[in-house]
Amino acid sequence: MKNVLFTVVLSLALYTVSQAQDRGLEIAKAAEKADLGFKSLTSDLKMVLRNKNGQVSERALEVRTLELVEDGDKSLIVFSSPKDVKGTSTLTYTHKVGPDDQWLYLPSIKRVKRISSNNKSGPFVGSEFAYEDLSSQEVEKYTYKFLKEENNHLVVEQYPVDPKSGYTRRVVTYNKGAGYRIETIEFYDRKNALLKTLTYSDYKLYKNKFWRAAKLNMVNHQSKKETLLEFLNYDFDMNLTDDDFTQNALKRS
Amino acid sequence: MMKKHIIYILIGLFLSFTHAQDETPGKKLHHDLELDIELENRYFLEAPAFYSQTRYYPSLALKPKYTIDLNGGGNSINIEGFVRVDRDDERTHFDFREFYFHKVKGNWELSIGLKKVFWGVTESNHLVDVINQTDAIESFDGEEKLGQPMVQFSIYTNLGTFDLFYLPYHRKRTLPGAKGRFRYPVIIKTDDVLYESSVKEWHQDVSLRYGNSFNSVDLGLSYFYGTGREPLVQFNAQGVAALYPIIHQVGLDLQITNNTFLWKLESIYRSSGLQKFLALTAGFEYTISNIKSSGIDIGLILEYLYDERGDLAFSALQNDLFFGSRIAFNDVQDTSILLGIITDLEKSSKIIGIEASRRMGNTMKLELEGRLFNNIADNEPFLSNFKKDSFIGLTLIKYF
Repeated sequence: MKNVLFTVVLSLALYTVSQAQDRGLEIAKAAEKADLGFKSLTSDLKMVLRNKNGQVSERALEVRTLELVEDGDKSLIVFSSPKDVKGTSTLTYTHKVGPDDQWLYLPSIKRVKRISSNNKSGPFVGSEFAYEDLSSQEVEKYTYKFLKEENNHLVVEQYPVDPKSGYTRRVVTYNKGAGYRIETIEFYDRKNALLKTLTYSDYKLYKNKFWRAAKLNMVNHQSKKETLLEFLNYDFDMNLTDDDFTQNALKRS
Repeated sequence: MMKKHIIYILIGLFLSFTHAQDETPGKKLHHDLELDIELENRYFLEAPAFYSQTRYYPSLALKPKYTIDLNGGGNSINIEGFVRVDRDDERTHFDFREFYFHKVKGNWELSIGLKKVFWGVTESNHLVDVINQTDAIESFDGEEKLGQPMVQFSIYTNLGTFDLFYLPYHRKRTLPGAKGRFRYPVIIKTDDVLYESSVKEWHQDVSLRYGNSFNSVDLGLSYFYGTGREPLVQFNAQGVAALYPIIHQVGLDLQITNNTFLWKLESIYRSSGLQKFLALTAGFEYTISNIKSSGIDIGLILEYLYDERGDLAFSALQNDLFFGSRIAFNDVQDTSILLGIITDLEKSSKIIGIEASRRMGNTMKLELEGRLFNNIADNEPFLSNFKKDSFIGLTLIKYF
């Protein structure tokens, strides 16, 4: 009898766990589906880095993204300031499974370098954003656990599949009432301590389908540093193709 | 002296041009003007080998850059100038690194004019990089190049990228004058270097390259036919004999990117009427990234350098090992350090190099460069010339 009860409790517990996993995955898929079909996008960005004494340093960059359905997206980032890195650019082919392909262009010597995409957890240009925070968010890159629902907000815990990630988990809040757009992400470091909080704000709906935030603010609770990523514009009408995401395109960008 | 006057006039013209640009804003054409001013100070650690040389070399360089997009963005004109004023009259020089018309349409591109092109994957030596002449008086590492007149057609297909080059004019390698460092006992006047071709610099050269990336592999195959960029130099009783031969060169560059390891190979086979040889550079770069969540990356580079010509090579790298370390702090100022040592496997010679840089504020950068020549063997025909040329240099760059 005891055994039966134990089995019932255990299977009930397992059932709840797997249910939470399924629901988490479902939400991530719903968010992906809601954003499907943007095809290509370009944006001009301003990045404001603030240290704990309030000293500010700025970067300007342009990001171009090409949506791919079968595999991960392709993206090209071009720096325009600070001036010593002007023209420096990176090309990334994201893969749903396995490491991404990445190339760096150094304009002073006109050199294209294939670089390792292994450094996921490192800081992007000295900011509070890690490379993995900015790479294309593919559903396959995490496993999931649904935590709770509050009003229209769905809170899902995500565990990176890649052991090289700098996080044990992320807690993501989706807005069900607005195309499953992300409102906040909390990042927990390898020791499972709260490291950073990313807040999305100034959302606008483009093409009646795609929610895009104009401001992404990343606060590092441990170092007390902050980085604000400001999207000055979103252009969905550039009709970019594969030809705009080649090593030749990287050199001429 | 004449040359210096020309350079001052060019600087003046450029500055007035910059000024004129400011007065005509709001044009529909998208264009962009930039200027870098570099103040370089090189201090040589040992008393000079020759009477006319000194120990301290302050130097000023200007790098103006102008690009203009014509009708929409498919067509553009790109100009990159270079001017240096130095104690050495030969190092005082100007050049158009680039001055070309560029057209992009779908999967192909066309470039006509002076341009810089880089090929290769290794760090310590650039064997396959054959298109541009080296501006050898600019830096010892050979990474500064002169603008090469060309017509380049590039097409990206499912099979890879094909580049075709027509190179109508050869440019001679720059060499130091009597007052300059890194010189030879005999001053090789740039104009004294002879050509194998009867039409001299007008030999019509051609080149092609095929490049492809699949999964973790990046592969390049190249071919060059024409006047070589590297002169054949022989010191003899009369002084010096130098000649640019007609060469055929096939090249291979290969990189395999496997997580933290980048495996690299560059190899060339060059043949001319005077010599045939094989050379290769092979090795790896291993990076430990974000050490203890500090953001710091440390890369370790090991490369083996081989040149079949041995002592006849117009370079120091015949059978050597390069060990380097690249430290990137990934901080707000982009601080980075590259340390390297090239050790000759047969002789005692060692070259130690350091390059470091850090941004200051938003529009300035400080660069440190050092080369130390250590235990240079007397029977090193190329390197022994520079035994006394160890230096430390500090460069301040202001970006406008």
